[in-house]
Amino acid sequence: MQALYAQLLVGLINGSFYALLSLGLAVIFGMLNIINFAHGALYMMGAFVAYFLLNLGGINYWWALLLAPVIVGIFGMILERTMLQWLTGLDHLYGLLLTFGIALIVQGVFQNYFGSSGLPYAIPDQLRGGMNLGFMFLPIYRGWVVVFSLVVCLATWFLIEKTQLGAYLRAATENPTLVRAFGINVPRMITLTYGLGVGLAALAGVLSAPINQVRPLMGADLIIVVFAVVVIGGMGSIMGSIITGFALGVIEGLTKYFYPEASNTVVFVLMVLVLLVKPTGLTGRAA
Amino acid sequence: MKTRSIASLLLTTALTTALTIAAAGVASAQDKTVKIGALSDQSGLYADLGGPGSTLAAQMAVEDSGLAAKGWKIDIISGDHQNKPDIGTAIARQWFDVDKVDVIVDVPNSGVALAVNNVIKEKNGVYINSGAATSDLTNAQCSPNTVHWTYDTYMLAHTTGQALVKAGGDTWFFLTADYAFGAALERDTTAVVTANGGKVIGGVKHPLNTPDFSSFLLQAQSSKAKVIGLANAGGDTTNTIKQAAEFGIGKGGQKLAALLLFLTDVKAIGLETAQGLNFTETFYWDMNDQTRAFSKRFAAKMKNNAPPTMVQAGVYAGVRHYLKALEAVGGNPHDGVKIVEKMKSMPTEDDLFGKGEIQPNGRTIHSAYLFEVKKPSESKGPWDFYKLVGSVPGDQAFTPLSESKCALLKK
Repeated sequence: MQALYAQLLVGLINGSFYALLSLGLAVIFGMLNIINFAHGALYMMGAFVAYFLLNLGGINYWWALLLAPVIVGIFGMILERTMLQWLTGLDHLYGLLLTFGIALIVQGVFQNYFGSSGLPYAIPDQLRGGMNLGFMFLPIYRGWVVVFSLVVCLATWFLIEKTQLGAYLRAATENPTLVRAFGINVPRMITLTYGLGVGLAALAGVLSAPINQVRPLMGADLIIVVFAVVVIGGMGSIMGSIITGFALGVIEGLTKYFYPEASNTVVFVLMVLVLLVKPTGLTGRAA
Repeated sequence: MKTRSIASLLLTTALTTALTIAAAGVASAQDKTVKIGALSDQSGLYADLGGPGSTLAAQMAVEDSGLAAKGWKIDIISGDHQNKPDIGTAIARQWFDVDKVDVIVDVPNSGVALAVNNVIKEKNGVYINSGAATSDLTNAQCSPNTVHWTYDTYMLAHTTGQALVKAGGDTWFFLTADYAFGAALERDTTAVVTANGGKVIGGVKHPLNTPDFSSFLLQAQSSKAKVIGLANAGGDTTNTIKQAAEFGIGKGGQKLAALLLFLTDVKAIGLETAQGLNFTETFYWDMNDQTRAFSKRFAAKMKNNAPPTMVQAGVYAGVRHYLKALEAVGGNPHDGVKIVEKMKSMPTEDDLFGKGEIQPNGRTIHSAYLFEVKKPSESKGPWDFYKLVGSVPGDQAFTPLSESKCALLKK
C-alpha cells in the first residue's frame, strides 16, 4: 500500500510536466489554431538556455526560471512573425507540417553541436535533499516541481478564462474582424499568445533540466505523449489539458508499478479508448 | 637461321604463356579494393559512444594501416540504424547487394547487432562488432563471419558483478532495459551473483529510452537489495544514476552498480553525481603513452574534442586487424569466412588494447580494467574521469571456450 502512495506521488510529478506542456499546446491551438509540433523542441531549448545561462553567464536556476521562458518566448514570437502567420486560415495540416519541420531543424542543430548524451545541470542548492514521508523518500526538488507547475497552470487558466485580456483573446479567435473593429491589434495579440505558449514549454524545460539530462532529443521523446494528453483532454481546452496532464502522469506511474513494460504505451491505449467513446476528447467542444 | 627462328619462337611462346599464367594469378590475388560500412546509432541515445566517432575511428585505422601507399583503395560509408533491427538489416542488405560492402563495423544495440549478424552470415561478409554487448554474438548465435571486439555482457558480469558480490553486495535488484542487451546482461550477471553465493531478489524491465526512472527506483529502493544492478546503457544509464542520487539511493546504504558505463556517460552525468561509481572498460584514453597519443589525434578531429570511447577504440583496433589480415592474404578475396579465419590465425596487437587473440568463436580477448569515477577535486581536465582500481587478464574476463555453446567449436 505504501508503495502505491509513492507511485501516485511520482505520477503526479511527471504529470506536472505533461500538464505544463499540454497547457502550452492547448493555448496555442485554442488561440492560433496551430498544432504546434515544435513544442518539444522549444521545451528542449528552455533546458539548454538554462544550461547556458549557468555555465556561460553564471546566472543561477532561479533567474533561469524567469529568463529562459522570456528568451525562448521571443524566439517563438520571431517564428510566428516570420513563418506561422502566413498559415492563417489554412488547414491544420500545414501548421503541423511546418512546426514539425522546425522541430527537426532545431533538434538537428543542437544535436550536431552537443551530441546526444546530454549535459549535466545540478539541482539548485536550496532544493537539494529530500524528506522522508514514511511511505517514500521525496526529493525536495520533485515536490517543488509539482507545486510550482500547479501554480503556473492555474495562473494561466485564470489569465485566459477570467481576465479581460483573456476575453479579448478568446473573442479574437472567434471573430478577428469584429475584435479589430474595437481597435485591438489582433496579429500582435496572436504573436504574444504564441510567445506565451512557447514560454510555458521553455519553463517546463528549465524545471526538467535538473532531473533529466539536458539533451537535444529530450523534447522529441516527450512530445508524442504530450500530444496524446492534449487529444485525450480535448484539443484547445485549457482546464482539460491541465487535469488530463496530471491524471495521465498518475496512470502512467501506476502502470510502471504494475506492468512496467506497458508504461510507454498506456497513454496511447487510453487515447484510443477515449477517442472511440468521445471523439472530441474528455472536455473538448465539438468543432 | 631456321633453327634460331624456331628457338626464338619457342622461347617467346614459353615466355608469353608464363607471363599470362602469372598475370592471371596476380589478378585474382591483387584485387585491392575494400569497402567498409560503419553501421551505428548516429542520432539516438548511443550516438556519442559510437556514431560519427566510430566512423572516424575506422577512417583513422585505414590511414594508419598505410595500405593506400601500397596501392589499396579503401572506401568507408556510414549508416544510421536508429536502434531498429529492421532498419539495420535493410541497410546491411543494401550495402552488400548494391554498394558491394566487404565488412560492417561497430553496430551498437544488441537487438540490431544480432539481426545484422544473420544478414552478414548469409552474404558471407565480415562483421567486426564493437558496440553491441550481448555475449550471444560469440556464443549461442556465433557465426564464422563475425569477430566481436571490445567487450560483452559476460565480461561485464564477471568483472564489475563479481567484484561487487565479493565486496559484500550479496542481494541484487535489477533495472533492465527491455531488449536483447538488457536481457543478456541481467542473465549473465545473475549467473555470477548466484555462483558467488549472492541472491537476486527482484527486478524491473523498463522500455528502451525512458526519460523518467523514479517509479523503478522506488521499487528498487523498497526491495532493500544491497546492490541495484543497472542492466541498461547510454542515456538510460545516465538518467538512472542522476535520478538515483536525487532519491537518496547510495546515502541510504544501497549501492548502484553501473554494469556498463562509457566515458561519454560520465561526462553527461557530471563528476559531482558520478563520483565513486565502479565499472569496467577495456579501453581508457589515459592508460599509457600510446593510448594518449592516439586519443590526442582522435580528439583533434572530433566535435567537442572528445577522446575515443572504448567502442570507438574497438572499431579502430578491429579495422586495423582486418586490414592486416587482408594484407597478409595479398588481396581482397571478397570471402568473409576466409578473411575471418585469417584474422583468427593472427595474434592481435595494437596501441589501444595491447596484445590479444581472436578465439575460434570470434571473441577477441584482451585485458579488462576496473575503474572508479574520480571526485571533482581529483580531476585535472575536461576528460580526466577514471581511476584504475584493478585489471583482469583477458582469459579470465571473457567466456572460457569450455563454457561456450558456439557451434563453430564443435567441428
